[in-house]
Amino acid sequence: MDKKLLMRGSQVIGEAAIRAGCRFYAGYHITPQNELPEFMSGAMANLKDGTFIQAESELAAINMVLGASMAGARAMTSSSSPGISLKQEGISFLAASELPAVIVNTMRGGPGLGNIAPSQGDYFQATRGGGHGDYRTIVLAPAYGQELADLTRKAFEYADRYRTPVMILADGMMGQMMEPVIFPDPVNLSELPSKLWILNGAKERPSRIIKSLILSPVAMEEHNWKLARKYEAISGEIACAETYMTEDARLVIVAYGTAARIAKGAIKRAREMGLKVGLLRPVTLWPFPGRAIREMSRLIKDFLVFEMNTGQMVEDVRLSLEGRSNTHFYGRPGGVVSTPDEIGRVISSLYYRRRLEED
Amino acid sequence: MKKAVFAGFGGQGVLMMGYVFAVAAMRDGKEVTYLPAYGAEMRGGTANCTVVVSDEEIFSPVASSPDFAVIMNKPSLLKYEGVMREGGAILLNSNHVDRELTRDDLTAIRIPAVDIAKKLGSERVVNMIMLGAFVAHTKITSLDSIMNGLSEIVKGGKAGIMKLNRKGLDEGAEYILKGDSR
Amino acid sequence: MEKVVFKRPRYMKEAPFHYCPGCGHSIIHRLMAEVIEELGIGEKTIGVPPAGCAVLAYDYFDIDMGEAPHGRGAAVATGIKRTLPDKIVFSYQGDGDIAAIGTAETIHAANRGENITVIFVNNSCYGMTGGQMAPTTLLDQNSTTTPGGRDKDRDGTPIDLSEMLALTQGAVYIERTAVNSIKNIRKTKKAITKAFKIQMAGLGFSLVEILSPCPTNWKMSPIDACRWIDEDVAQTFPLKVIKDETD
Repeated sequence: MDKKLLMRGSQVIGEAAIRAGCRFYAGYHITPQNELPEFMSGAMANLKDGTFIQAESELAAINMVLGASMAGARAMTSSSSPGISLKQEGISFLAASELPAVIVNTMRGGPGLGNIAPSQGDYFQATRGGGHGDYRTIVLAPAYGQELADLTRKAFEYADRYRTPVMILADGMMGQMMEPVIFPDPVNLSELPSKLWILNGAKERPSRIIKSLILSPVAMEEHNWKLARKYEAISGEIACAETYMTEDARLVIVAYGTAARIAKGAIKRAREMGLKVGLLRPVTLWPFPGRAIREMSRLIKDFLVFEMNTGQMVEDVRLSLEGRSNTHFYGRPGGVVSTPDEIGRVISSLYYRRRLEED
Repeated sequence: MKKAVFAGFGGQGVLMMGYVFAVAAMRDGKEVTYLPAYGAEMRGGTANCTVVVSDEEIFSPVASSPDFAVIMNKPSLLKYEGVMREGGAILLNSNHVDRELTRDDLTAIRIPAVDIAKKLGSERVVNMIMLGAFVAHTKITSLDSIMNGLSEIVKGGKAGIMKLNRKGLDEGAEYILKGDSR
Repeated sequence: MEKVVFKRPRYMKEAPFHYCPGCGHSIIHRLMAEVIEELGIGEKTIGVPPAGCAVLAYDYFDIDMGEAPHGRGAAVATGIKRTLPDKIVFSYQGDGDIAAIGTAETIHAANRGENITVIFVNNSCYGMTGGQMAPTTLLDQNSTTTPGGRDKDRDGTPIDLSEMLALTQGAVYIERTAVNSIKNIRKTKKAITKAFKIQMAGLGFSLVEILSPCPTNWKMSPIDACRWIDEDVAQTFPLKVIKDETD
């Protein structure tokens, strides 16, 4: 039997996290990602050095992760939209204190309690930092089961490399769906670069402080610029997008996660009708792969942004294009999952309205 | 690409049917997605899942217009009959669903799965009988692949129960092959 | 030859305290540093300072320190301790931090029996932000948000957090002391020592609540503030061993 396994998205994240060396998980259950804490409870119990805590709240969970990260653990928490709002305090502190951690947001319909259907309503919250203060969070947006595993591994690597919180932004569909996945081999924790900043007792070294309070405005400004330089480096190093059938395209759909899958299906049908349509799928939402879009704008004059919200990523596409091409938008908020047929109709109507079939 | 939904009451094993089918198709070398209904949709006793099987990359895992439906209760028939792809087939557990179809472009395949299960001595295999019939009708995978998938999922399953499952699958398939279901 | 009768404890940095004259934090810091030195745990102790007046505690303790968001000390300490169970982990929290915004984290850490030590400094007001009503503010006590005094019908009564925590199975040792007199300071040091020893023995959750003077916000002289602890504060929050499961 090959190593391929059919696994639910939330559990794929869990297994991939364990294999990435995650040894601390704290969380508070919320639909549609309850399978993740449930999975982690069992997986951590099977490890001699694993900790699982069912926290009393999202706030407690993210702050337990803060402590575990200070102590050097690869640590993770997870939730869905309303719970992620509660975690923002801790995420801001993680970013400010330059602590690595992985946060999974399996997005559901909102605002408020919303519903439990797949949504992409938290794009702004995720990519703009989310909590208070001048910071960013690396945001990875998986679209396939296999990518859930691969990006979870990357999330822990990025978190440690840049000492910053990393968010995996999935949705209810990604969390619940089962797809075949092949897991990478587990990392050997002893081979990871040692963290020379953690709190593990000041033995034969000066004592260390991890904090975010910087009372002097001059020093705070310097810290803000330090973070900004780090974010600039991250932007240059890890921005990533998948392209599909863009070589000869006249119209490029920009979509991520579940929306990108639906768009791919629509593009395949549009191609069968002879329409030259392609897809650009941001894999990193922050840093946003703006350069890839900008470069595309030399040949492509029309971009259609498709999101499962009322229009959030479309702003980043516009900012990336700086007016060089036309930006169109189609959205289905509230947990409605479009069909490829529906998006196909949107594509063809735009295609002919813009007379893209003409040479 | 083939899309199938499995729907019925919770406890009828509909999620298991879809899961076993998806694992079997994956081991056959196909691309697969399995999407269960979840959360509030699961309350009130109904359960369903969608399995997509394809030779190529699968884009949408949602059953917007399924080719096949395995229907174990009346509410599920009402839910899915209208969205079936033209020319699709609905496999009905006729002991629980006695309604006629309202669409004439669909094929109705009626399997008295509870009666067959009683003959086998255990109503627990109703879902396996339906799955056997599904496999025999659709030919997307084989009964052997289903059995392999089942042993993979229920690791350490008791030999007696596995034997009964196999019997259920065979009886369901046999019912289709004999042509009693039309 | 000189005889040393008083010196800076080993695990205090050479830094002048920023605390107000008559404030109890400096006394408590020193007691803790002495205890850490006496127990020989300075190289394996990790402290979690709060938001509040003691936020700068990491400038004074010469041990590893990691700051928690307001109220989350017990959660952060939990994360550290579970990751490094052989280390000694304490959180240092004020009354507003622990008994208002951080109530949930504290109660659940106690209930899980986290093997951490909590130092709970109760000065019956929010000091850092300028003397607003805390959950521990006494009835009729003036604060910047209870002009005319705390009113039971409007503001509720002072919360007995330590007594509440004692109800949890996971809490092993809870004692309330004060630092308003030599006698009480000595008792406080004994309590802190006992709390750390309980953690070293792996017995579970330990907490020392320390009534501490805040002359600035109480608008009293330091001496009057010490007196007021005996006359009023300790009437609402009696000095005693609230729970001790080690006997």
